[in-house]
Amino acid sequence: MLRIRLFEGTLADLIDAGEVKTPCHLYIGQEAIASGVCAALRPQDTIWGGHRSHGHYLAKGGDLTAMMTEIFGKVTGCSRGRGGSMHIVAPKVGLLGTVPLVAATIPLSVGAGFSCKLRKDGGVAVAFFGDGATEEGHFHESMALASKYGLPVIFVCENNYYASHLSLLERRTKDNISESAGAHGMAGSLIDGNDVLGVYSTAADAVLRARENRGPTLIECRTYRWRGHVGSSWDMDVGVKRRDELKEWLDRDPIPRLRKQMLVEGVPNEWFEGEESAIREEINIALKAAREDPYPSTEEVGAHVFVKGIEG
Amino acid sequence: MRTLNYGQAIREAHSQLLKKDPRVFVIGQGLWSPWYAGGSLQDLDKEYGRDRIIDCPISENAVTAAAVGAAISGMRPIVFHPRMDFMLLAVDPIVNQAANWSYIFGGQVGVPVVIRSVINRGGEQGAQHSQALQAMFTHVPGLKVVVPGTPYDAKGLLVSAVNDGNPVLYIDDRWLYSESGDVPENLYSVPIGKGRLCARGNDVTIVSSSFALTECSKAVSLLSAKGIGVELIDLRSLKPWDKEMVFSSVKKTGRLIVVEGAWRSGGFAAEISATVSEEIFNDLKSPVMRVCLPDAPAPTSPALEKVYFFNSAHIVSAVEKLVVLERS
Repeated sequence: MLRIRLFEGTLADLIDAGEVKTPCHLYIGQEAIASGVCAALRPQDTIWGGHRSHGHYLAKGGDLTAMMTEIFGKVTGCSRGRGGSMHIVAPKVGLLGTVPLVAATIPLSVGAGFSCKLRKDGGVAVAFFGDGATEEGHFHESMALASKYGLPVIFVCENNYYASHLSLLERRTKDNISESAGAHGMAGSLIDGNDVLGVYSTAADAVLRARENRGPTLIECRTYRWRGHVGSSWDMDVGVKRRDELKEWLDRDPIPRLRKQMLVEGVPNEWFEGEESAIREEINIALKAAREDPYPSTEEVGAHVFVKGIEG
Repeated sequence: MRTLNYGQAIREAHSQLLKKDPRVFVIGQGLWSPWYAGGSLQDLDKEYGRDRIIDCPISENAVTAAAVGAAISGMRPIVFHPRMDFMLLAVDPIVNQAANWSYIFGGQVGVPVVIRSVINRGGEQGAQHSQALQAMFTHVPGLKVVVPGTPYDAKGLLVSAVNDGNPVLYIDDRWLYSESGDVPENLYSVPIGKGRLCARGNDVTIVSSSFALTECSKAVSLLSAKGIGVELIDLRSLKPWDKEMVFSSVKKTGRLIVVEGAWRSGGFAAEISATVSEEIFNDLKSPVMRVCLPDAPAPTSPALEKVYFFNSAHIVSAVEKLVVLERS
């Protein structure tokens, strides 16, 4: 959680300074969800994300430097400078792609579920998406398919109450996303997305259900988008109501919550300080690479439209 | 050589691919139906099991995307749309996802998916069961598009499409299902991007593909009887297309007619016409002509269908117009 928070804090500063220009959608405040869910997964399990996926990438084990260099458009980036913040990938650790078309990766995760089922490899696929994505047909069609074929898929809805500038109840009649699970005949739950241990435990149950061929699960995690839809702003332009809400949610910050619990369990304060300084050092190294590494060769603007060499 | 019809050739390709490669599976609508796919998938579920031959809910979007996701995660799916019109509900996974995936991740993750659809024109089916939308997909970088016109190519191109490693749209045509031809029994492939020379001639080049070829072949015979030598090229693949074959023929004949069973505006015939004009203009003796469908949806009335869909007589008259125009 802290790695995500500090990485994105740095990113926000870089956006403010005008050094990062590719559109970045910050995950700050929602870190418990990616961290809790990915802690319940194996490296070969796949996860699928959207436009706000720096947290998913780091939580699944993606290389921090390769994401920073990608955001700077460098050839050493995780997508070789073709993806920016919104198209990041870490195939070796099971992140097969994140893309900004809202809800687009939900049915792709269902396909990964078919792969696991046909190979009988015990794998699980996880789709991370926001509350806005539940307004797309993709969401319902995907749950219907996954449920019908009993696929090992976990649908993780991060309900942060905002899709761009519109709040949840400006977009739907009822605050009842998790109830969609019942309509599709599958397991579903509504949990506190800012409680990392609770997220982990719910995800672990869902993972077990998937591995035992007992079907998919929808987990709606309640959380809050601290920053604006895109960029580094605090997004106060959406009205007074949000200012009050934000204050409440800042008090529910998942990181101090866990830290408090860990202190009670006897983890010494120095340990936290050591972790934080190691992460800051890692970010500094990444930033240095992002500034110094080369851009892709302009001669290669048309390269990679197709893959080569995977025939047979 | 053994003879199969077009549907049987497609079925045999499926069957041999399913047998050879455990990563191959088929998903789509009508897979368990005895009639939906014109025999091209008949009883595959009995042979390979319903886990691998998946007849599915009417969710074109999620089903196509699931095939794309399965491809990204290591399988070799073939997703089937018995009517191409319905495939438009799946444009997001095809155009936004499958086509982009390799590029946006720097070539690290491929999408070895085959997206098969059937053009269902005619039979008084009307506007939403008749569309030939291949040109729309050729516009998109990252997609390959094949349009087999013979049983031999129907089998060989499906094999290439599955083995390609990239998203391939495989578009067949209901009107071709009764066509018969030689089909080897072994698992062979026809390279994507290579055309086929169907007839040799010195007066005019006709470039065509898919069902339109059968009308072109009739036209070639009729014109030959009138002393006009036609070189007929079956493109077989629209993207990539065999520029080399088309150029070398046009350099010989100096005249080109593109016959495409799809709308004229923004169609693939326009692409060929533009490329020839751009690159070998000086080899042309006359302007490039197109024979296409009118810019209108398909009608249902048999009286209207008769004038809407072109036939060999239309092609003959286009050729005569071109040759006579130039001779006069």
